[in-house]
Amino acid sequence: MSRTCREATLPTIGTDPLPGELLALEKVTCRYGHEPVLVNIDLTVGRGDFLGVVGPSGSGKSTLLKTIAGSVRPIAGKVRRTRDLTIGYVPQVETVNWYFPVTVREAVLMARVQGRTVPWSSARERAEADEALERLGLGGLGDRHIRELSGGQQQRVFVARAMLRRPQLLLLDEPTSGVDVRTRHDVMHLIHDLHHEGLAIVLTTHDLNGIASHLPSIVCLNREVIAFGTPRQVITPDVLERTYGAPLEVLTHGGMPIVVEQYPEFDQTTGAEVVPLREGHHDHSA
Amino acid sequence: MDTLLEPFAYGFFRHAIWVAMLTGGLCGLVGTYVVLRGMSYIGHGLSHAIFGGAAAAFALNANFYAGAFIWGFVAAVLINGVSRRRTIGADAAIGVITSASFAIGIAIISVAGGFTRNFEAALFGNVLGVSLGDVIIVGVVAVITGMIVFLRYRPLLFTTFDPEVAEVSGVSTMWIDLILAMVLASTITVTMNVVGVMLIAAVLVIPPVIARLLTDSFHRMLWISVGTGALCGFLGVYLSYYLDWSSGATVVLTAAALFVVAYVVSALRNRRAMPDVGFAVH
Repeated sequence: MSRTCREATLPTIGTDPLPGELLALEKVTCRYGHEPVLVNIDLTVGRGDFLGVVGPSGSGKSTLLKTIAGSVRPIAGKVRRTRDLTIGYVPQVETVNWYFPVTVREAVLMARVQGRTVPWSSARERAEADEALERLGLGGLGDRHIRELSGGQQQRVFVARAMLRRPQLLLLDEPTSGVDVRTRHDVMHLIHDLHHEGLAIVLTTHDLNGIASHLPSIVCLNREVIAFGTPRQVITPDVLERTYGAPLEVLTHGGMPIVVEQYPEFDQTTGAEVVPLREGHHDHSA
Repeated sequence: MDTLLEPFAYGFFRHAIWVAMLTGGLCGLVGTYVVLRGMSYIGHGLSHAIFGGAAAAFALNANFYAGAFIWGFVAAVLINGVSRRRTIGADAAIGVITSASFAIGIAIISVAGGFTRNFEAALFGNVLGVSLGDVIIVGVVAVITGMIVFLRYRPLLFTTFDPEVAEVSGVSTMWIDLILAMVLASTITVTMNVVGVMLIAAVLVIPPVIARLLTDSFHRMLWISVGTGALCGFLGVYLSYYLDWSSGATVVLTAAALFVVAYVVSALRNRRAMPDVGFAVH
């Protein structure tokens, strides 16, 4: 459902960003009611880009994805997309109604909403859906109800649905939230494979160490873009403090930044804080 | 055998059976989307809202169905619009808009004065009093609704399951919501003479809930819901002849009885499907 802020005139939704770019956001501002969610966002996504968006809860990560996808319209600024840009959108699994009566194949075939007018799928459509499921390791599960799958399998059902649209850009909202470490690895392997096949990917994540630090580029967001660059450029105590509003320690291990959450320690008897928060950027490279 | 077929000798009974089956099937079809959108209460609310339109039509000497439909459609659109504003949920929107509409209806009746047969039927249902014209009107709405669901099956399903992604995938969810509001308003308008304003929500909700208990597939749920609705209509009117109960109430009680059966069947099936939890002996 398209949400438009009523307080201002609609921005230009144009086409033709610069050559090589799929889309560009120029000074984009979004609000829900009177509450600003995104302010003056400049961002471009090129062909084959792989971009992670990090930030605290309520920082506008999901709104940014929805603005890119076109389901949220900004109140100011421009969104330029290449002509005929096809976007695959994978929502947060927490937002899915798992008791809705759809089988895995029915869920995937929703991607063919613009296909035939008749309700039933063609043999070709079913074959394409089964092929997508097979490719994502879900072969033989087409007739199962979506609730009967594991967390990782459920996530892959919606990746399969997005892939059936044959997108040039894949948007994933928190693709690894609420899953265990093994499933997170599987999902990220799958996403990396899709990227290596030439797909541009933008995902949001809360996981700085497990996901964000392994991506080619990161946007730190807190209603506005705090920083943009490679993990080494962006994952620094200064940027993280400006993004999250709390001091975070960053270690380096094998050239990779590792974020350490710091909690103050308290004396058991007096309750007083006994260890002050450490700050800084330490190298723990072997 | 002759005793069992006895009621079919009467024309009014044949009309009643047809209109009850069409009503049950139509409500089962539309109700599937209503239930899956978590708006079960909208049937109850809209039927009350439509009463306001019917009363206005009566006061203005306008067509009963036209007044009720327009009022119901506007109420459904308003409910959609209000519930999209995040500060008010769908349940609160239904409560405010529909009870205000019902109150307007009562106010108009109190000023204009006098109940007609249409109003008694609207409130309490009068399936045994329907004319062939009423049967045809319900039949036409059922066919048109069936065609709309057939032609817009994919966007209706996608919008009901995941409106956000449906929008990104090129579905105009606003249009789909409007289509559903129109279908719902017309369904309630033409069927309220059969089961009545007070009981229509049950016919909209119980068949889809029974279907949901029996299947995990959307298209099967649609078929089962339509079939169950039609069966409830048939059995309810047929039994009401022998029991001498109110036909609308008997239709709803039949649906409630079938719900209990489906609930037990579903519970037993789930119990059998659950793995045996216990200590393994090696």
